[in-house]
Amino acid sequence: MSGASQQLAAAARAEALRMVARARASHLGGALSMADLLAVLYTGVLRVRPAEPDWPERDRFLLSKGHACSSLYATLALQGFFPTTELLTYGQDGSRLMAHVCHRVPGVEFSTGSLGHALPFGVGLALGAQRQGRAHRVFVLLSDGELDEGSNWEAILFAPQHALANLVVLVDYNRIQSLGAVSEVLELAPLADKFRAFRWAVREVDGHNHDAVRTALDGVPWEPGRPSCLIAHTVKGRGVDFMQNSLAWHYRSPNETELAAALRQVGGAP
Amino acid sequence: MRTAFIQELIAQARQCPEVFLAVGDLGYSVVEPFAQEFPDRFLNAGVAEQNLTGLAAGLAASGYHVFTYSIANFPTLRCLEQLRNDVCHHDLSVTVVSVGAGLSYGNLGYSHHAVQDLGILRTLAELTILSPADPGEARAAVRWLAAHPRPSYLRLGKAGEPDLHEPAALREAPLVVRSGRTAVAIAATGSVLKCALEAADLLATEGIDLAVLSCPWLQPVGDDFRAAFAPYRRVLALEEHVGTGGLASLLRDTLPPGIAITSRAIPTAVTRMVGSQTWLRQQAGLDAPAVAAAARELAGP
Repeated sequence: MSGASQQLAAAARAEALRMVARARASHLGGALSMADLLAVLYTGVLRVRPAEPDWPERDRFLLSKGHACSSLYATLALQGFFPTTELLTYGQDGSRLMAHVCHRVPGVEFSTGSLGHALPFGVGLALGAQRQGRAHRVFVLLSDGELDEGSNWEAILFAPQHALANLVVLVDYNRIQSLGAVSEVLELAPLADKFRAFRWAVREVDGHNHDAVRTALDGVPWEPGRPSCLIAHTVKGRGVDFMQNSLAWHYRSPNETELAAALRQVGGAP
Repeated sequence: MRTAFIQELIAQARQCPEVFLAVGDLGYSVVEPFAQEFPDRFLNAGVAEQNLTGLAAGLAASGYHVFTYSIANFPTLRCLEQLRNDVCHHDLSVTVVSVGAGLSYGNLGYSHHAVQDLGILRTLAELTILSPADPGEARAAVRWLAAHPRPSYLRLGKAGEPDLHEPAALREAPLVVRSGRTAVAIAATGSVLKCALEAADLLATEGIDLAVLSCPWLQPVGDDFRAAFAPYRRVLALEEHVGTGGLASLLRDTLPPGIAITSRAIPTAVTRMVGSQTWLRQQAGLDAPAVAAAARELAGP
């Protein structure tokens, strides 16, 4: 399975680079930092049916950091939710692949773009499943920067109160937010302790180690009656050396030369 | 009005298994009967309106019709973006219920004066907006909402509002509460309808006969709404809301130019005052004598 997820992550990175370059769009750094998490989720963790995106018993995956959606669209298309040929319409006139994640795209549950929205929505989905006695689970992928939003902490306080063991948060902890390092803007550390203090079950993992991520997610819930938070330590721009740990690649769009170099590094054909 | 709301919601919940009530840690001595009868469809989300509204959208996506309940501006303005992005953009069945319309919580001060909500929420075109005037209209509004799950806003008064009339059912148009023989009408939304009726009674003693319309239905506006105003040439709009964006604005936006709209609304200065709803209405020119004076002018030669 690790081979499949590695292949998927590499292909998704390449597609995301092409999409963002063509659209002259932004947010590659965060799209690349979460690509491995998405690849593991969509190769055996999430119970989903690409040919039947609205299958009622599917696990729900919500991308809260909607600006980074290029790698999610790529992952979904590569897994068969919609044709990969549509990916190059990303950000183009009239496309449904808008540059913040859009629920009109097959496989996307919820549109985001303003930060701090998906976790409260996910809490509602998890509570609904709990009240209805249904078995599906809810996975919400958050950025680190958006943990500045108070709405997230309202939801983080709520979930253990209602024993939402069917809820899993993944934090893409790449340590760079919109205008600087997380430690310089609003320090989150000690993040695991914060979630533990809010009564969550917490694990930390190298967010680029597929086996470690899969092992952690296969075991949820880690504690009965508690929501799970996987803090995934990641590198912004992962996979492309000149994008890694660089604030500029939260904004920049690669030119032709940069795209070719980046594609070579992630293993995609230029 | 809030008692009529909860009684009707309970009645609807008995028939509609998807009706769900989620409150923001408010509703003492109001919501308990619902919580007791439907514990699986009741939630106190705590003092956290952003999470309340977001999770209501999530519950709605799970098949429920969620009524969120709080007071004044808390379930509307505090979480406006959740209402816009999570509820409206995803077209989910969430009805936001706010108790304390206008100056109902007059002596609690500025934070509790809900007088900008209509203007702000009317810009959310996906939102159905209902603003009943009395307990009967509130019941009719809940019945309509339960039958039409969708993004919606129910603007309620508080408690003790008198029954002003007995509406058969909510229509997507104003309700004629008092018919007149002239082309002049007073149109009111919310419990200030009472002042309109008192003013009409005063004028009747002078031989001035005008119609009084109640406007519990505010959005969306269609042909039926516009047609209801066709008999009138001059309309005085009354509302416990600032003059921008509420009923008067709605009428100016949607009625043909041949119908002149005059407005009595809440001056911003009054929102900075503290007092009973009755006293604050007097300060705003929304008491019966002041309304009668304004209407007399319209009815004049």
